[in-house]
Amino acid sequence: MGKLSVELCGIPLDNPIIPASGTFGYGYEFAELYDINCLGTFSFKGTTLHPRFGNPTPRIAECTAGMINAVGLQNPGVDAVIAEELPKLAKVFHKPVMANVSGFSVEEYAETCKKLDELSQVGWLEVNVSCPNVHGGGMSFGVDPVAAASVVKAVKAVTTKPVIVKLSPNVTDIVAIAKACEDAGADGISLINTLLGMRIDLRTRKPIIANKMGGFSGPAIFPVALRMVYQVAHAVSIPVIGMGGVQSSEDVIEMMLAGATAVEVGTANLIDPFACKKIIDDLPRVMQRYHIASLADIIKGVD
Amino acid sequence: MKQCIFTIEKNIALTESVFEMRLLGDTSAFSRPGQFLNIRLEGLFLRRPISVCDYDENGLTIVYKVVGMGTAQLSRMHPGETLDLLTGLGNGYDTAKCGDHALLLGGGVGVPPLYGLCKTLIAEGKQVSVVLGFNTKEEVFYENEFRALGADVTVTTVDGLYGIKGFVTDALPERYDYFFTCGPEPMLKAVDKATATSGQFSFEERMGCGFGACMGCSCKTVTGFKRICKDGPVLEKEEILWES
Ligand SMILES: Cc1cc2nc3c(=O)[nH]c(=O)nc-3n(C[C@H](O)[C@H](O)[C@H](O)COP(=O)(O)OP(=O)(O)OC[C@H]3O[C@@H](n4cnc5c(N)ncnc54)[C@H](O)[C@@H]3O)c2cc1C
Ligand SMILES: Cc1cc2nc3c(=O)[nH]c(=O)nc-3n(C[C@H](O)[C@H](O)[C@H](O)COP(=O)(O)O)c2cc1C
Ligand code: FES
Repeated sequence: MGKLSVELCGIPLDNPIIPASGTFGYGYEFAELYDINCLGTFSFKGTTLHPRFGNPTPRIAECTAGMINAVGLQNPGVDAVIAEELPKLAKVFHKPVMANVSGFSVEEYAETCKKLDELSQVGWLEVNVSCPNVHGGGMSFGVDPVAAASVVKAVKAVTTKPVIVKLSPNVTDIVAIAKACEDAGADGISLINTLLGMRIDLRTRKPIIANKMGGFSGPAIFPVALRMVYQVAHAVSIPVIGMGGVQSSEDVIEMMLAGATAVEVGTANLIDPFACKKIIDDLPRVMQRYHIASLADIIKGVD
Repeated sequence: MKQCIFTIEKNIALTESVFEMRLLGDTSAFSRPGQFLNIRLEGLFLRRPISVCDYDENGLTIVYKVVGMGTAQLSRMHPGETLDLLTGLGNGYDTAKCGDHALLLGGGVGVPPLYGLCKTLIAEGKQVSVVLGFNTKEEVFYENEFRALGADVTVTTVDGLYGIKGFVTDALPERYDYFFTCGPEPMLKAVDKATATSGQFSFEERMGCGFGACMGCSCKTVTGFKRICKDGPVLEKEEILWES
């Protein structure tokens, strides 16, 4: 094993760097810029059973050290992803990819995951439970341990691939949700998704985002994300993927010390399209500086 | 798309709030007029998208209006300072669709991308009529620059103190084969109603990335969902679904 390599739910990664869902499309915009096979893997755009346009625009707002998005899971639907996006991706990316899945009912999650389970190109299923449950009064699956566990159980029943549950930070007790997912059979946890945020345009005195609120991401959320990764990694025994505001190889090491086995990089890709490649190239320098022989050794290095 | 460092050669005021900046650097990612770049600015999180007004092998020109923090910061920069740009963004205008007589309709800071387009059309041997619309006499810019390219230029102002009083749609020529337009959305809607031929519209939207990765800028069209930054900013008249 190389000094950057780690293992995620039984699948080896050359390095722990994973572009986060929604900030890397289906990969090929970035493949025009650099060989994306240098990545550990990447998590593709949140995919749902049916095609979705998402929310009305404007759906982006700038913040100090971050941004708000209210894209609303725009994607062509799982059938088109399988028929069109993934064959295109196969030409430029030769590693197992992480399939990010969203749904609005337990059945929808299961049906989408079942379709993706059949593809050898997919290594892991990353199940985003931050979506509203249409049968549960629109409350997010991710805020209720019982609802989150029901999604995990339904998905586990239809796939043999590792199921990683992606948690919402908009909860009072992140550990309770993580534990419920572990108990329901999850193979890993990834966190954090975006924090609910808002901006107002002083000129129009209206919210900048058409949907009023959206998900806050970027370097401003890093300390919150790190804290949650630390809490969850010390409470469960399945691997944790850390994300939220990661921009540098120092941030990656900090996330791993807190308990992350791998690290996703989201918003940074939008500002600097080479962000992930730069972090991967820079990791050996930072490891040397902090006397780290192998990244796998530092996971959960902080008590 | 490329990520490149450009050096400011010139940054001058054209009007009280509109500036023209010439930047030197690698322009090889640009292939059409109407494409844009995305500027990284110190201390601001998101990049700022600005249309390319004109480009050659050595550099490019942008024309921008100061409306907020980012454009204000840009206006205070000096020759010799550098900027980190994403270049070659968007589809740009497709001049192959245009007949012999093109009509260009620009409103405010929608005017700049039409300059490079005008140059291209004239190099292709086409006759070009340009209507430039501004709010007031003080805001008028680039009238002579278009004329110097060989275009037939009309200016409209809302205050009526210069050129024809009214909007660009009040000064349409009688004959043209095809049109290209860029400006604020109410103007684009008016152009859609006032024109009889086919044409191309350039749109704006708030952007997360500017290169197709985040889905922040999408719109619905007759031919499906399109990202303004990657599948646009230029859309054809027939594919646009106007919101009421
Ligand atoms: C494809 C494209 C081409 C453009 N070309 C030009 C041009 O040639 N000349 C010119 O003067 N302006 C142009 N604009 C508009 C320009 O991007 C905005 O005026 C600029 O981003 C404002 O930044 P600010 O920091 O000064 O304003 P602020 O209001 O402080 O900006 C806050 C945030 O809102 C965004 N924003 C604000 N207004 C707009 C807008 N109209 N469109 C998109 N995002 C906006 C900013 O990018 C930033 O993320 C273009 C926009 C797009 C999308
Ligand atoms: C524009 C945008 C779109 C996103 N779309 C998704 C998505 O489809 N599914 C998902 O699980 N997370 C999505 N996210 C959340 C990110 O994957 C990530 O969890 C979050 O942004 C925090 O990391 P960051 O600060 O590095 O961006 C999106 C984030 C952004 C900025
Ligand atoms: S701004 Fe990111 S896809 Fe257009």
